[in-house]
This record gives sequence, structure tokens and C-alpha cells, in this order.
Amino acid sequence: MALFDVSGFKSYSELRRQIFPAGQTHLVDRTNHYNFGTKTQEFAVPVGADPSGFLKSCNHDSGVCIEMNHGTTTLAFKFRHGVIVAVDSRASAGRYLASNDVNKVIEINPYLLGTMSGSAADCQYWERLLAKECRLYRLRNNHRISVAAASKLLSNMMLGYRGMGLSMGSMICGWDKEVRVLVCTTWMIMGRVCRVVCSLPAVGTVTPTVWWTAYELGRRGIAHATHRDAYSGGVVNMYHMQEDGWIKVCKEDVSELIHRYRKGMF
Amino acid sequence: CLSVTKMLSAQGFGDTGKMKEYHYTGPVEHRFSPYAFNGGTVLAVAGEDFAIVASDTRLSEGYSIHSRDSPKCYKLTDTTVIGCSGFHGDCLTLTKIIDARLKMYKHSNNKTMTSGAIAAMLSTILYSRRFFPYYVYNIIGGLDEEGKGAVYSFDPVGSYQRDTYKAGGSASAMLQPLLDNQIGFKNMEGVEHVPLTQDKAVQLVKDVFISAAERDVYTGDALRICVITKEGIKEQTIPLRKD
Repeated sequence: MALFDVSGFKSYSELRRQIFPAGQTHLVDRTNHYNFGTKTQEFAVPVGADPSGFLKSCNHDSGVCIEMNHGTTTLAFKFRHGVIVAVDSRASAGRYLASNDVNKVIEINPYLLGTMSGSAADCQYWERLLAKECRLYRLRNNHRISVAAASKLLSNMMLGYRGMGLSMGSMICGWDKEVRVLVCTTWMIMGRVCRVVCSLPAVGTVTPTVWWTAYELGRRGIAHATHRDAYSGGVVNMYHMQEDGWIKVCKEDVSELIHRYRKGMF
Repeated sequence: CLSVTKMLSAQGFGDTGKMKEYHYTGPVEHRFSPYAFNGGTVLAVAGEDFAIVASDTRLSEGYSIHSRDSPKCYKLTDTTVIGCSGFHGDCLTLTKIIDARLKMYKHSNNKTMTSGAIAAMLSTILYSRRFFPYYVYNIIGGLDEEGKGAVYSFDPVGSYQRDTYKAGGSASAMLQPLLDNQIGFKNMEGVEHVPLTQDKAVQLVKDVFISAAERDVYTGDALRICVITKEGIKEQTIPLRKD
């Protein structure tokens, strides 16, 4: 359009073409009627509008209120016997609590776990796609994908949708051959994708050496966080990543935990 | 009388600052909104060997009622029913797309999709519109492969999970706490957790919708209940408040 040329406005499809000239996924105004996006991955985008601001402008318009589920507190740390992953289970949609019983740990495969925080739909979809890519890697290369490579894959998938309003704070945890244990964190908020590889334990100076201390630390961390954060609550889901795969340790109601730890809390 | 009329005129007092103006006179941006809110409430409950999907039948927009006979439960297969509430245009398109995809699956794989598979497929269909969502709150109720009741609840962009009971739509915030208490036995102590029978579940759904119609303007007119068992899907319609 002539006005676009004069003003120097660049539409999203042009910006994307600069990053991805090959164009593996398509942004269309409506998905194909004949194969419904089953052959190639397609995403519908509102025509002529900025996708990240579009939904906000539609809300508050004669009763229309589109709220997506969001999830919050997750923690993961490395210790001598593997990785502990502990998450809460609350999903809020605006001010309404959509669910108090969501599993925010996504079991990618028996050796990789991903956590979910930010938008629930984004985390579920992209980590499911990551599971597919990890499986394809395993079939093509005859050995399991490393945790660093899996998190790099996720972060590159996110890069294609930078600036479009995705919100994901995900940690990929696993145990692979080269680098014993790894926790890689990927954030994607406000158009920035950051990937941080944590090989040191993220928790203070206390290094748990016994399993039950580590479990207690994970449980306490989440219980204290849910006590002060309105958007966290429900139950604590805890996983322990060991050399031969992960195990689910426990699922405990936060109200009981707070009662147990009440001496230091109030 | 003349003097009273003059005093009530807001314009006259605007300049002196004694009375404020009653309308905004600056520029206002109007834009076409592709969405509208058509109201309606949907509920689903899963039992040991049955599932119930219920919805009211009122279709409204703003202060008007478009129809008193527009149920929001759609039958997908012999063992699965979906309830969609939100924007009616998107509900219609979404159910058409799901029906087409079910037929495609049946033709390629020679079997009907299971409830879990339909839920996973709906999640990807909704996510393909992540940047221009379907304004629909979906709840799928049905029987899983083992014959047990299953309920899957979704948000507008495809995040989903399996539940025992869920309410969605305009009166969801009123119904969900009631279901938490009666079916989930939450916020009570010393109560025996009796599993829900089919008759008790149907009676509970009727009572719960009667309460919702009392307090939510967008819910009312009639209640359509679909009970899914291994024998098939039975529907019944119960009248609700029409005001």
C-alpha cells in the first residue's frame, strides 16, 4: 500500500520474511478450508493489525472478555542426585481462577521435563511440538537429544514469533550423557527470547546431599511462594529427575503444607 | 417552571465550572470489533460410567434476546458431546470444522475418534488461531476408551486438561464453586465422599442451572441435558425462567 511505503511501516509478514526467508510456517488470515492446516502448520493472524495489541483492543467492548489461562510459580534445582522440579497448580484467567488442579510439568519424554509458566496454551502447544522434534531427533540420529539441544530447539521455535505476544517461561530439565544434569530456562515475553543454561544449583549456599532434604526444599519453596502470591496455589507437584528417567515424587495440597510449616511463616 | 428548566441545563453551567459537563466531547475512536458476546452457560460432569453435558438455550446480545431455543451442546460422535459458549458465530464455525475433521479421520483411519483424541485435536485447532482467537469456551464431555466418564475443559486458545466437572460461559463463576462443594466435596470436613450416581448428577445439574438462571441475565429460558452412557446419548429439555 502506498501509505505503508511512505510511512516506512513494515507489516509483520515482511519482518518475518527477513528473519525466515524459507518460510516454514505461514501466517494467514484464515486457515486453509481444504486441509484445515493439517499438512503445513498455519496460524491465522488478524488482517492489518498488530497481533499482540489486537486482543487487548477487543476486550472491554460490550461484554467481550477473552481471557487466557496463565500459570505461575515453578522451581527447579540441580543437586547431587539429579534435578528436583516443583510446581504449583493454579491457572488464572484474568481475575477468575480457571483451575486449581493443573499439571504444570510437561512430560516431554521419559528423560526430559518441561515446566509451564506464563500462558498455558503457549507452553502446552510448543512443548508438545518439542516432544515431537525430540522424538524425530532420536529416530534420525539413533541417540537421545541432549538437554541443551532440546532447549535450543524450543528457543529457536519461539524466535519466529517474536513480538507477537507469546508469553512462556519454561524450564527444560533433563539428564544426558555429556553434561550430567542441566536446567535450561527459556523466557519469551514482550518480544525477547532469553535462554540461560544453569549448571550451578540456583539455591543459596545450602547444597542438599540427601534426597529427602531436596524434596523438603522443593516443597517449602512452593508452599511459601503460594502463601504470598495470589496467582499461585493449589497443590505442589514434584518430580525427581534421575539418571534413568524421572519419577513423580508427590502431589500435596498447599494448605496442609502451610499448616505444617506455620511456625516460621506467620 | 421556566427557571427550573434553565437550572437543569448542563451546558449553561459548563463555563463557570459550577456543574460538570455530562458528556465527553473529545474525539472517540470507533473500530469494528470482530467479536460479540452472546451469553450462555455450559456445564459438564463425569461419572463412573456416564457423562453429562448441559447448557441453557438462550442466545442474547447486549440487552436483547435473539433466541430462546439455541442450545449450546453439539453431538460429535456416539460417545462425545461438546458444549460451546461465547460468540455464537465462532461456535458455529468451530463445530463445523470439528465435524469436518472427524469425517476426515474416519475416512483415513476407518474408526471414530475417541474423546481424548478429539480433545487433543481441538487444542491444536484452537491454537492455530492463537493470534486471532475463536471466542469460544469449550467443554467436551464423553466416555473414554475404558468406558469411564471424561470431561475436558478448554480456554479460548487451546490450553486444556481433563477434569471431573467444569462449568463454562457467563455463569461459570457462580456455578463452579457450587460444583466444587457438591461434587468435589471441597471446603467441607468430615463428609463421606460418596461417588455420584447418574440420577443424583442429573438432579444436581437441574438445580444448579435453576440457581444460575436466577442470578445471571444471560442464562435462562430452557435447559438442555445430554446424558452419555454406553447405550448412547439421551437428551432432555427442562424449562427455566424466561425473564
